[in-house]
Amino acid sequence: MADERVEVVLRVNGRDHRLEVSPRWTLSDVLRHQVGLTGTHVGCEQGVCGACTVLLDGEPVRSCLIFGVQAEGHNVTTVEGITPESGLSPLQEAFRKHHALQCGYCTPGMLLTAQALLDREPNPSEETIREALTGNLCRCTGYQFIVDAVMAARGQGRGA
Amino acid sequence: MKPAAFQYFRASTTDEALDRLAQHPGSKVLAGGQSLVPLMNFRLSRPDVLIDINGVADLGRLAIEDGELRIGALVRHRQLAESGDVAGAVPVLPLAAKHIGHWAIRNRGTIGGSVAHADPASELPAALVALQGTVVLRSARGERRVAAEEFFQGFFNTDLGEGELIVEVRIPISKSRFGFNEVVRRPGDFALVGAYVERSGPGGSVTWFGLGGRPERLLVDAWPQDAAGRGTLLEELVEGLPLDVSEDYKRAMAVTVAERAYQQAEGEK
Ligand SMILES: Cc1cc2nc3c(=O)[nH]c(=O)nc-3n(C[C@H](O)[C@H](O)[C@H](O)COP(=O)(O)OP(=O)(O)OC[C@H]3O[C@@H](n4cnc5c(N)ncnc54)[C@H](O)[C@@H]3O)c2cc1C
Ligand code: FES
Ligand code: FES
Repeated sequence: MADERVEVVLRVNGRDHRLEVSPRWTLSDVLRHQVGLTGTHVGCEQGVCGACTVLLDGEPVRSCLIFGVQAEGHNVTTVEGITPESGLSPLQEAFRKHHALQCGYCTPGMLLTAQALLDREPNPSEETIREALTGNLCRCTGYQFIVDAVMAARGQGRGA
Repeated sequence: MKPAAFQYFRASTTDEALDRLAQHPGSKVLAGGQSLVPLMNFRLSRPDVLIDINGVADLGRLAIEDGELRIGALVRHRQLAESGDVAGAVPVLPLAAKHIGHWAIRNRGTIGGSVAHADPASELPAALVALQGTVVLRSARGERRVAAEEFFQGFFNTDLGEGELIVEVRIPISKSRFGFNEVVRRPGDFALVGAYVERSGPGGSVTWFGLGGRPERLLVDAWPQDAAGRGTLLEELVEGLPLDVSEDYKRAMAVTVAERAYQQAEGEK
């Protein structure tokens, strides 16, 4: 079958991108290779690891399980979109301070899931935080420091 | 890996989706993509044509009509878990829906996709069997309704025909009390074994999933009042299932999850 191209306009981090994509390209690949935003990491490509998590209209989703063409008409937020022009957001600052990352592979997905939780519920309990993060795997930290960081970032909003 | 090439159609109405299905034999419906896209990423599934139904507003309807909860095929797991209407009408449904995968999975996955996929370890097909639900199917040839107990036929195997679309599932609002429980290795995993227990007057039913190829519902004339008596009854029921439950631990777990579900049904209301 011919690998056709279709034209789409994707709204990523508040900016429109006019792109030619193949329908078979996942959103994670379109973000990384077409839009040039490499903060979205790709691990398992089967929905399990959570490294590729982005926000679609504010809700966490697996960008490896959505095709790029499907994101048309929606707002996509990647880790670049929750990072201030200079410096770090309160959540990112808390990750730094609490050693919530080591290799950093899981971090973009962790940040987006945690940010979506804090957007929706500014003061979640530890249990709620743990439940929200069950879909994001980390092979380095043992999770405790990630939970500590999200707890510390409660009630501070997204920052700049 | 990456999916093989396919032609992509975005349907905006149910009729448009049905037309496309009729025109392209072998095409696949794309709903939440939470089961189909992993298979495509690993090229275990290589459909030539994908018909995306995410833009079909009609399929996202959630309503209570004629004593039934009517759930459009496109209703996401997250909506089931969080809707007050669902909790009021069929309280066990949100309890079970919260156990499906993770937050990001529940944001996309749909009841129609879950029912069509028919993973034997999934929560919603078993809920439909336990709650005596009906699957509403439509194709260019017309509409038909199939009892959930007949719809699920075996491992990933259903009565869904060529060119057919699941448009809705219907669950009767019942006076029975239901409980739910499952055992998983890690939160968010598919269940090793799960059970729904119904208490209606002195008896009711138990529906197990994860044991065989499809959910199995068994009637109970009278629930013993003591836990030991229930344990014996549940053991007998598991033994009697027409399944190859080769692992003993699964039999033991089946009894345990059913007892927990029974306790939960008792606590309800
Ligand atoms: C990490 C992870 C964990 C998961 N954990 C669980 C779990 O614990 N329990 C559980 O039950 N599920 C789990 N799932 C699967 C999830 O529930 C899926 O959402 C569900 O199985 C399929 O629904 P979907 O809408 O994503 O369907 P899709 O993936 O879009 O489609 C699945 C199949 O159904 C067909 N289809 C979809 N909609 C229709 C329709 N309306 N009519 C006819 N055919 C249709 C498609 O053509 C395809 O063959 C998990 C998934 C992932 C990635
Ligand atoms: S890469 Fe998408 S969940 Fe692992
Ligand atoms: S920091 Fe390495 S995987 Fe989480």
